[in-house]
Amino acid sequence: MFTAAAAALLVALALALTRACLGPTVFDRALAANTVGTIAVLLLAVIGFLTGRPEFLDLAIVYGLLNVVGTIAVLKYFQYGSLGDPGNADDGGQR
Amino acid sequence: MYALSSILVLFAFWLLLSGYFTVFLMTAGAASAIGVVLLARRMELVDHEGHPIRLSWRVFTYWPWLFKEIAKSAWDVSRIIINPRLPISPTLVRARTSQKSTVGVVTYANSITLTPGTISVEVRRGEILVHALTREGADSLLEGEMDRQVTRFEGLS
Amino acid sequence: MSVLIDIASWVCLVAGGIFCVIGTVGLLRMPDFYTRMHAASVTDTLGAGLMLIGLVLQAGPTLVAVKLLIIGLLIFFTSPTATHALAKAGLTRGVKPLLAEDRSQPSKR
Repeated sequence: MFTAAAAALLVALALALTRACLGPTVFDRALAANTVGTIAVLLLAVIGFLTGRPEFLDLAIVYGLLNVVGTIAVLKYFQYGSLGDPGNADDGGQR
Repeated sequence: MYALSSILVLFAFWLLLSGYFTVFLMTAGAASAIGVVLLARRMELVDHEGHPIRLSWRVFTYWPWLFKEIAKSAWDVSRIIINPRLPISPTLVRARTSQKSTVGVVTYANSITLTPGTISVEVRRGEILVHALTREGADSLLEGEMDRQVTRFEGLS
Repeated sequence: MSVLIDIASWVCLVAGGIFCVIGTVGLLRMPDFYTRMHAASVTDTLGAGLMLIGLVLQAGPTLVAVKLLIIGLLIFFTSPTATHALAKAGLTRGVKPLLAEDRSQPSKR
């Protein structure tokens, strides 16, 4: 049954990758990359159960953390043009 | 005060993740927890916003409601996706916010985004610009049920 | 009893997988960037949630279940932040949403 779940996740991964390749704008690609990250976290967890090795869950946690940091960093780069920019002054402080 | 409870929470997190209870690993965990809190102090992040103890017990009444809403609207969006005609009517609306604190507004905006079918695009003072997948979704958001729930979650203070 | 839990966890796993696939199918079918984000959030919430519930039921009350819950909380807190950052970045860089109805100009109600 874990095999079925892993297969479904792989299909979803392939579809998300297709969008990442097709995506007309860079934001489509970033969105698809974020979705790929979420699915990869789930896939890591399922693989951990499939092979009976719970260490994979730690990998999944680390991958989830890296995924969100990476997405935010890429978006910040494309929104402001640099990674060191503090954001615009009027509303950047709130988020 | 906040620093102390942050250290305790971080140390508990370390223990949960490691699962080993040897002297060396526990000392290392305590040292990392203290180090992280010291770094956070230098960045001036240790305050009531970074560590909202005050809200912790009300989570248990708000989250079940939120999960129910997420499940309902995720089901609706899934039906739209697998419908061959793709019946979407994207709408931009402004939703008013009645929360006083920043934490409350962020909770509201995150709840809107977390619910499939509505995404908070921009947060301004007193209102949130929301992109909704269908006209019905935008209308049900404007009825303000979620706004009231979040305000109750935020507390009567 | 354990058979019941097994069945429940299988149902959750399969349903989660189906919702993940539905979300990514939507990612391919939707016409523009903002509507695609709605489809992706189905994967992030219901797909991931159901799948993690299924795995927790399979794990039982152990440290593994706690780690799965931590993963769930991580996705639960970070996915709206990432989605909001995407939407805001898109709007700032002038990606125009495809709209059936635009009620954003006058601050109504």
